[in-house]
Amino acid sequence: MPYIPHDAAETAAMLEAIGANRLEDLFDEIPAALQTDVLSVPEGCSEASLRRAMEERAAEQRSLRCFAGAGAYAHHIPAIVWEIAQRGEFYSAYTPYQAEASQGTLQLLYEFQSFMTRLTAMEISNASLYDGASALAEACLMALRLRPKAREILVPEGLWPHWRRVLDSLLPMQGIHLRVLPQDPRTGRLSLPEEDFSDAAALIIPQINRFGLLEEVDELALWAEARDLLRIAVVNPVALALLKAPGDWGGQGADIVVGEGQPLGVPLAGGGPYFGFFTCKRAYVRQLPGRLVAKTVDAAGKTAYCLTLQAREQHIRRAGATSNICTNQGLLVTAATIHLATLGADGLRAAALRSHQQALRLRSVLADLPGVELPYPGPVFNEFVLRLPQPASRVRDALLEKGILAGVPLLDLDAAGPAHDLLVATTELNEEEDLDAYVAALAAILGGA
Amino acid sequence: MEETIFACQHVREQSPADVMIPTHLLRTDLPLPNPAELEVLRHYTRLSQKNFSIDTNFYPLGSCTMKYNPRIAHELATLPGFSRLHPQTPAPAAQGLLHNLAELQDWLADLTGMAAVSLSPAAGAQGELAGVAMIRAYHQARGDHARQRILIPQAAHGTNPASARMAGFTVTELPNLPDGDLDLGALRDALGPDVAGIMLTNPSTLGVFERQIREVAALVHAAGALLYYDGANLNAILGRVKPGEMGFDVMHLNLHKTFATPHGGGGPGSGAVAVAPRLVPYLPVPRIVGEAGAYRWETLAERPQTIGQLSAYGGNIAVLLRAHAYIRRLGHAGLRRVSAYAALNANYLMQGLQRLGYQLAFPERRASHEFIISVQDLQKATGVRALDVAKRLLDFGIHAPTIYFPQLVPECLLIEPTETESKATLDRFLEVMAQIRREALEEPELLKNAPQNLPVQRVDETLAARRLQVAE
Amino acid sequence: MSELPAQLRYSKTHEWVAQLAPGHFRVGITDHAQELLGDVVFVELPQAGQEVEAEAACGVIESVKAASDLYSPLSGKIVASNTELADNPQWLNEKPYDQGWIFEIEAADGDFAKLLDAEAYQQSLGA
Repeated sequence: MPYIPHDAAETAAMLEAIGANRLEDLFDEIPAALQTDVLSVPEGCSEASLRRAMEERAAEQRSLRCFAGAGAYAHHIPAIVWEIAQRGEFYSAYTPYQAEASQGTLQLLYEFQSFMTRLTAMEISNASLYDGASALAEACLMALRLRPKAREILVPEGLWPHWRRVLDSLLPMQGIHLRVLPQDPRTGRLSLPEEDFSDAAALIIPQINRFGLLEEVDELALWAEARDLLRIAVVNPVALALLKAPGDWGGQGADIVVGEGQPLGVPLAGGGPYFGFFTCKRAYVRQLPGRLVAKTVDAAGKTAYCLTLQAREQHIRRAGATSNICTNQGLLVTAATIHLATLGADGLRAAALRSHQQALRLRSVLADLPGVELPYPGPVFNEFVLRLPQPASRVRDALLEKGILAGVPLLDLDAAGPAHDLLVATTELNEEEDLDAYVAALAAILGGA
Repeated sequence: MEETIFACQHVREQSPADVMIPTHLLRTDLPLPNPAELEVLRHYTRLSQKNFSIDTNFYPLGSCTMKYNPRIAHELATLPGFSRLHPQTPAPAAQGLLHNLAELQDWLADLTGMAAVSLSPAAGAQGELAGVAMIRAYHQARGDHARQRILIPQAAHGTNPASARMAGFTVTELPNLPDGDLDLGALRDALGPDVAGIMLTNPSTLGVFERQIREVAALVHAAGALLYYDGANLNAILGRVKPGEMGFDVMHLNLHKTFATPHGGGGPGSGAVAVAPRLVPYLPVPRIVGEAGAYRWETLAERPQTIGQLSAYGGNIAVLLRAHAYIRRLGHAGLRRVSAYAALNANYLMQGLQRLGYQLAFPERRASHEFIISVQDLQKATGVRALDVAKRLLDFGIHAPTIYFPQLVPECLLIEPTETESKATLDRFLEVMAQIRREALEEPELLKNAPQNLPVQRVDETLAARRLQVAE
Repeated sequence: MSELPAQLRYSKTHEWVAQLAPGHFRVGITDHAQELLGDVVFVELPQAGQEVEAEAACGVIESVKAASDLYSPLSGKIVASNTELADNPQWLNEKPYDQGWIFEIEAADGDFAKLLDAEAYQQSLGA
């Protein structure tokens, strides 16, 4: 019996101790009419044959040169990251509610919080939420708790469309209205309107927008400060190795910072599990969603760590909790912490720089191909829009045949997007030969058009 | 004491940055450490050794199903063909993955007795939120806007009322009877034209099967409300009882605990949702549609009534792949064995602890996969509390059971041994619990000062909250 | 046995009330209440100028493992709150009847007279 240790004699002895004759007797309180079987599930199989079948399925996804981004990026993950994260003591441990039996996980989470507060220049970090998009939804809910009379959140059109859809699902149920601020179609950057925003609690500021463009974050933050709006920053953690930290934006800094943690040592894995990070100003800590670890002492006065401010959370506050989240993304945070430690300041900066420089190189060569345009002139980090003479999805499919995932058609992100625009991303994993292969393949397709 | 990683500072040569980004958008310093790789390896390896884990300890942690999660499921879920796949890869280049997920959707629909499944919720609580959001969408589509209230038993997981609130509902709590079943009279009184639904766990959080579930379902449906099933305790009835057949309309599954993804020190989970036919239009997107060779993610446009998207992509894919591998490995007979041996181990420990003098919360009832004891008698005799028993267990290398949940049983411990533990492990647990009971009566200070054999003694949580040092 | 000063009045929700002057009262939580809560780590105070209703929540008291609403025993207007509790939440445990006071309120003397005396409050605990 896979994974069940009992032999027949042990089972019999245990049944006898209980006073039952058969295993089925243990279910005698369940009405007979409800007892059934699951017949569509196949017969069990050996570990060896399971592996063979699954290796065949895995092989159906062939290895590609990846230039797709749109919020998830193929960065290098040092070998030691998952080597340590997969140790049974991390991998198979429970949530660290019993502090004395969980000092390893707790100190690691404390270090994670320290990494994220330093990276974002904020004071408080939680121990993770599900992903970047759901973290942004939580940030909006927190902003409304801080501004209970407000009913609106200002959302730039430049936010990732797939993140925007998550806000559309989660916020209106609580009567929150999302008011969209348009991008300037000429520059692709956010233009600031002069309207009445007195019902709004916060402005979302995505630094790196849906076109890969950098926004004038100081101007946006100051605009929001002048209207007494909270600032919710949405950032890419690798880009933060180079870019101004949200805590330094404008005059007073961002109030809440969220982002997708996947670029920090988490495999792409078809879309998850990733993790959302969430940092904020200290004054707001009692409205923070999710778990928080603090440094303290034990009964002998020795440094120790534990979960804190649990009265915010669902297992204590129930309907009054700051969020319903319980299980978060602990193991991914374990990997991200080890990843950040392994890269260090210098390694993270090097990865960010290389990602940036490869994007600049690729962009300038591709722009010289016949019929290819760069619709937006503004500064970018590692991702840019290419306007093609053919539908972007057709070009993407053709390049796929040559082993290249050329990017993400904007039409895939947003059904109302421009059909010929392709969003192209690079990381430090895209080497010169990958760039050359991309240029040659695209030139061949466009030349033959 | 292990210093934090921020103690590892090495100053290294920096090459000048070649960036094409305006200076005012750049940062001027990056205050992160620069440890050497071996320092990182040793630091986190040493930290790991301060943890209890399934790989090293018995974890009879009620409502958490801390069982052995087979490593093969992990290995297969992380094969490069799956782990390197970008989420925006077009479906024709991801058929192996989508095939697995499509099979999983079908198997879970059968296991739960429901019409359709969406795999996208990232954890149990997000599944709950999706579930109550579907209940909201269902009533609203019928023009029934008066239904703004959700009923929840007092003993429910805290996520239930918190999720209902996040979906914009108010919450009314329902009492349980002394035998653990729901109070049908109170349910009748609470039902009305403003009630949207009820959230239940069965077996309940009290560790017993709700015997009147069909009557409950009939009452709730007659009042125009829907039933939500919290799948946290599915391990207890796996392969033998289907929530859809009990009368539930919508539920989530905790794929991470019941189906082979370990807890990871706090996650990730997966909270796939399953629904009865009338709720299918509202399932969260995206689901996998199509057939062999032509599977794909469905689009928002195809599902105009959906409650929408809950995270940026299709859910916690690697957790779903582990569940798929686990179900395939065990097959339907193996799944039925899971619930049989989970029940055997729980009932064996329950009678063993009763024999040692521990008080059962529901002595007349069969345990499901877990059960509750109360140490209120010890508290009255020597002041020893459930917390002290829990901390003393740690000294013996056994993780504490869940304590003070459900809150309506005073000084309680909720104990769930799971099917993967051997009789020898359970017998050792009973020996330790016998010793702890002796100590509680004869040397209570030993318990009140426990643990003594761990990396730290009892941690000062009050100082932690008052000082609130949460980052370096 | 917890301490119950005889000169104070009490509510069933475990607040004490002291009359400072006609129409002017000081409110805190009882020794019994702080024992139930355990170590207090945070108090969310009502704001001066705020109008409150008797028996309605006007703040929150947080301990490590619980969060309890703070109720006003009287209807009236908050005139002061003990802002020093922000840095000294332990006063609620250590000195609940003196440095641990929570807020001051202007209310009707007649409402004060209707609150429980120490003996009646003691009996309500025994129930």
